[in-house]
Amino acid sequence: MNYGPFVFLAAFFALSASWFGLVLTPQIQIGRSQQATNIVNTAEMYPQARPGLAHQGQEVYRANNCAACHSQQVGQTGIVVDVVLTEAGTNFNALAEVLKKVDATATAAGLAGGLPKTVVKGVTMDTAEELAKAIKTAGAKAETHLVSTGPDMARGWGARRTVAQDFLYDYPVMLGARRVGPDLANVGTRLPDANWHLTHLYAPRAAVSGSAMPSYRFLFETRKISGAPSPAALQLAKEFAPADGFEIVPKPEARQLVAYLLSLHADTPLYEAPMSAPVAPKPTASAK
Amino acid sequence: MNATSCTTTSCGESASTGEIDASGRLPLLVLFGHAAFWLLVSSAFGFIASLKFHAPNLLSDCASMTYGRVHAAASLAFTYGFAIQAGLGVGLWIIASLGRSRVSQPLLIAFGAKLWNLGVLLGVIGVLAGGSTGFDYLEMPRYSAVLLFIASLIIGVWSVITLHNRSERPLQPSQWFLIAALFWFPWIFSTARLLLVVCPVRGVTQSVIAWWYAANLNLVWLALVGLATTFYFMPRLMNKPLHSRPLALFAFWTLILFASWSGIPSSAPLPAWMPAISAIATVLTIIPVLAVVMNVFQTCGRGCSQTENPTPGKFIAFGVMAFVVSWLMNVVAALPMVSPITNFTWFTVAQAQLNSYGFFAMTMFGAIYYILPRVTGIEWPCPKSARAHYWLAALGIILVAAPLAIGGVLQGLKLNSPAVFADSTKAMLPFLRASTTGELLIALGHLLFALNLTGLVIRLAKAKCLPAFATATAQLKTAGVKS
Repeated sequence: MNYGPFVFLAAFFALSASWFGLVLTPQIQIGRSQQATNIVNTAEMYPQARPGLAHQGQEVYRANNCAACHSQQVGQTGIVVDVVLTEAGTNFNALAEVLKKVDATATAAGLAGGLPKTVVKGVTMDTAEELAKAIKTAGAKAETHLVSTGPDMARGWGARRTVAQDFLYDYPVMLGARRVGPDLANVGTRLPDANWHLTHLYAPRAAVSGSAMPSYRFLFETRKISGAPSPAALQLAKEFAPADGFEIVPKPEARQLVAYLLSLHADTPLYEAPMSAPVAPKPTASAK
Repeated sequence: MNATSCTTTSCGESASTGEIDASGRLPLLVLFGHAAFWLLVSSAFGFIASLKFHAPNLLSDCASMTYGRVHAAASLAFTYGFAIQAGLGVGLWIIASLGRSRVSQPLLIAFGAKLWNLGVLLGVIGVLAGGSTGFDYLEMPRYSAVLLFIASLIIGVWSVITLHNRSERPLQPSQWFLIAALFWFPWIFSTARLLLVVCPVRGVTQSVIAWWYAANLNLVWLALVGLATTFYFMPRLMNKPLHSRPLALFAFWTLILFASWSGIPSSAPLPAWMPAISAIATVLTIIPVLAVVMNVFQTCGRGCSQTENPTPGKFIAFGVMAFVVSWLMNVVAALPMVSPITNFTWFTVAQAQLNSYGFFAMTMFGAIYYILPRVTGIEWPCPKSARAHYWLAALGIILVAAPLAIGGVLQGLKLNSPAVFADSTKAMLPFLRASTTGELLIALGHLLFALNLTGLVIRLAKAKCLPAFATATAQLKTAGVKS
């Protein structure tokens, strides 16, 4: 067996197959994606690039390898539909008849107030559409809401799964492989308070008792108070506060990092990942 | 057949074992010496990172000692400083020894090794200073990566020339594995660096390439070099031939065909065919594993008759066992029922550690314990410490991998129920403590290894320098007398 070149060539082809499959093909399929108008019901472009301060914060996130402990991808196991009654119309009796099919306790008298009201939860699309149609026939109005399911969703980590489109403008893309800490794909929606994040970075256990996160004191400056205390200084509980006469002020890196965290919200309804849970008001990117 | 197919140009003259070993002395000492150094560095950083789980406020005023940076530095020091460097050295020696040819251009290879170490040094410093690129296993900044690439080319090219000059023409299984490894590393490394750092691709395509690189480095490259070492040393240490060459060839093809497609997690936000095809390929890697198991079992099965020093054999036997366990863990974790549980947990870390340390590093230790006395002509100063190293490393890696694997499954079950997230972190703590103990044992073993290696180098220096010094002074004296 003296086939040096043969072994080399065959190994070359076997290995290059994976290069074609996992380097070249993904580049052809999704490597040239563009910003697109595939948001459900609007003509807005998605995604938008992160604002400047958040963009700088991404560099802080990268430099400190936050992705070693935090993932930025959530999954869903399925999708269910809620039917929400928005207007009861005038024919309460007819509507109550319709609603009795899904809720035996529904009465005509109970329909007068408390709208919008979820009349049925977690059904399939077909069942929901049928019910909505029946409600419409009874002279009332109903909406169908898409709700993603799965442990990540139940934990409140997102309203839909993350998709390739969400990361179009990120460099580097830091999806993370471990959940030593919670997922951050939607941390901007979940925890919109910049001051909470600053406190959490300086003294994690001051914000979340029993947290295992290391503290990031190097992102803050301990300053002697001369004159009036700085308005940017952290408000800390006694056990985490510095010595009397000193204050903790976030360095620019800390502000940038928090701006980046607040810019993380992969919760725009897309045709490839629809959802219609009420979208929380988006926090502004600046962390001042 | 040999004699007829051998022309004078393509065939180096057969060299004696002593000559072959002596020709590799300088590059191998440089490679193995630095590998031992990086092992200590990675242990130290790994230990600091591990401590952060028990004392999260530790060193929190120092940016370069933050968990993410130290963790990445430990991983770089281990993978590039130790694993690849030791692998290149052992591979070079196997090539020279199987082909019965002298190492080609040992000085140049030693220079390449120095360049490699400069690259690793700059990479580790760069990561600690915050210059990480943000991609796993590719964290080193650009200036470091360029040096690593050039160095890998220098070492690789002259290893291949050494192979080309062989006087023993038929290729052995170990040589196929090494040929593939030698050209595959520069390819995957340059592809990944070009497309991720130099002119980055867009969006999640970056993650696909980073995963592809990590799998091809950790599964394909380490397995190619590790199995080349196993297939070389197992028959040699037991004084009998490998059970089956066709089976080894089969393991080789299926390994590079399937393992090179693995590595994309099922959860990834990608078009579904990518995680799917990757999961299928990962499950199929059970084929090369079974082929290796059969071959090893059949070779050993006929009664082990170890004659020489048993320590290298122990290391290599442990390596094979860890290979089988870690690859089976990888296969199981790719199954659609299991992957949602193990994904994002410490189970994957346990698997990676068992592969890179339990399998690869242990195999390399065995090979180095065998090779260095032959190359230098000097025995290890303390054979007992080599045995202690074996036990520390073996117990250590079991104490690291077993708790992380078990804890990882518990963590995964918690992550898959709507439980509060903090529960999954709390469930992990006792297991993380156990694994820190394992890391300490491993670090102690590294210290013994490094001391033993230093002792050997000092002995070598004495043996080589003292006579030279004596002759030089003797000449001086005679010269002095004359004048």
